[in-house]
Amino acid sequence: MKYLDEFSDPVLAGKLVEQIHAVTTQPWSMMEVCGGQTHSIIRHGIDQLLPEGVEMIHGPGCPVCVTPLEIIDKALAIAQQPGVIFCSFGDMLRVPGSSEDLFSIKSAGGDVRVVYSPLDALKLARENPDRQVVFFGIGFETTAPANAMTVYQAKKQGIPNFSLLVSHVLVPPAMAAIMDSPKCRVQAFLAAGHVCSVMGTSEYPALTEKYKVPIVVTGFEPLDILEGIRRTVIQLESGRHELENAYSRAVTAEGNLPAMAMLRDVFEVTDRTWRGIGMIPQSGWKLSERYAEYDAEARFSVTDIHTDESALCRSGEVLQGLIKPHECAAFGKECTPRKPLGATMVSSEGACAAYYTYRRLDHLELSETRLVDSR
Amino acid sequence: MCLAVPGRVLSVEDQDGTTMAQVDFGGLRKEVCLAYIPDVQIGEYVIVHVGFAIQRLDEKSALDTLANFEKLGILEEEFGDGFALAAKQAGEPR
Repeated sequence: MKYLDEFSDPVLAGKLVEQIHAVTTQPWSMMEVCGGQTHSIIRHGIDQLLPEGVEMIHGPGCPVCVTPLEIIDKALAIAQQPGVIFCSFGDMLRVPGSSEDLFSIKSAGGDVRVVYSPLDALKLARENPDRQVVFFGIGFETTAPANAMTVYQAKKQGIPNFSLLVSHVLVPPAMAAIMDSPKCRVQAFLAAGHVCSVMGTSEYPALTEKYKVPIVVTGFEPLDILEGIRRTVIQLESGRHELENAYSRAVTAEGNLPAMAMLRDVFEVTDRTWRGIGMIPQSGWKLSERYAEYDAEARFSVTDIHTDESALCRSGEVLQGLIKPHECAAFGKECTPRKPLGATMVSSEGACAAYYTYRRLDHLELSETRLVDSR
Repeated sequence: MCLAVPGRVLSVEDQDGTTMAQVDFGGLRKEVCLAYIPDVQIGEYVIVHVGFAIQRLDEKSALDTLANFEKLGILEEEFGDGFALAAKQAGEPR
């Protein structure tokens, strides 16, 4: 129990772990969808506190990781155009496109800026009427309301030199795609807390019913995750498959109604390609017809550049929970956070980066042990 | 990416028809859009994601979470210099 003393309330953490052990009678595999939860699980060693056979499968809920190569290349093409101020959240800077990343374009003199909020990008557009300001609108349902409001404001305030490069993705269709995969081992889900803060929980009963899996809405802090796992195991052990909200302090069943109304106005559902996974039908948003003039892809006529992912990188299998990061031959060798082959090694929410940062020594020792065994 | 940080609403003002607020995150102040939690009162806590309040939060939960985030260095990751962070990850001194 080496990790328990790092919890904000070690006593409570210990009790939750004890209860999980007490109710567990057989192996279970559950997926935490959200990359923020993956990071927290590995950082705090939560998976190592669980009973033998209770496995956390790390899901594709890291928008940085699943943004397709094609969109990254479009971002890079736009950011290199003269007169453009290209704004992004900081975690997109080092995601590898087919040949470079936003960070290297900035180093080569491109005007790439990191903003805290998309409204900061709109402010830049207002202050620089002679420049084209583009915001890289990635993210799940949590981030989409911010980007929607920014486009809405651009239209309302008549700011013509602002546009959005949109690559929004949705969680429930991805969960369905994971369950539909023939290789699926997922028996339950921890659902992403802040996605549900915005969207509520009405989309999940259909999933619990169709796939007979428990879904427990969970927060991000270590104690929240332990509580989510505890409730999930109890459901699994009793043969139930229901929706439960273990994060009620931040999630209501109906969600945030004004945010959802704004999303319906500004975006419409579309098919989206997920990096490493492929096309998932109706799994993302694009700008609706009413806001089409703010679409950066159309405004800059960026051509599609189709490139293959690194042949060495197995991030697609990692994102689907089919392999663990250290089971990829390139992990920690050709692929490190300093020189990432795939997006899962870039973002702090990517499973590969979390394993590298917090588990590297364990696996080096592990691989050395294997080496000794095989001699 | 879906991290949301609790903060306390210090003041509220209308900007171009949108409700904006000064919000305190454990000593750090940011301007936050309140359009999605329109009836929030000064002194209340909200959870904020990329400059937008997405839900209310009770004071005790908010303070507990803030203390955790402070301890784990998450506040610095959320509000720090994005380029400096990326440079650090890339192993480049800047």
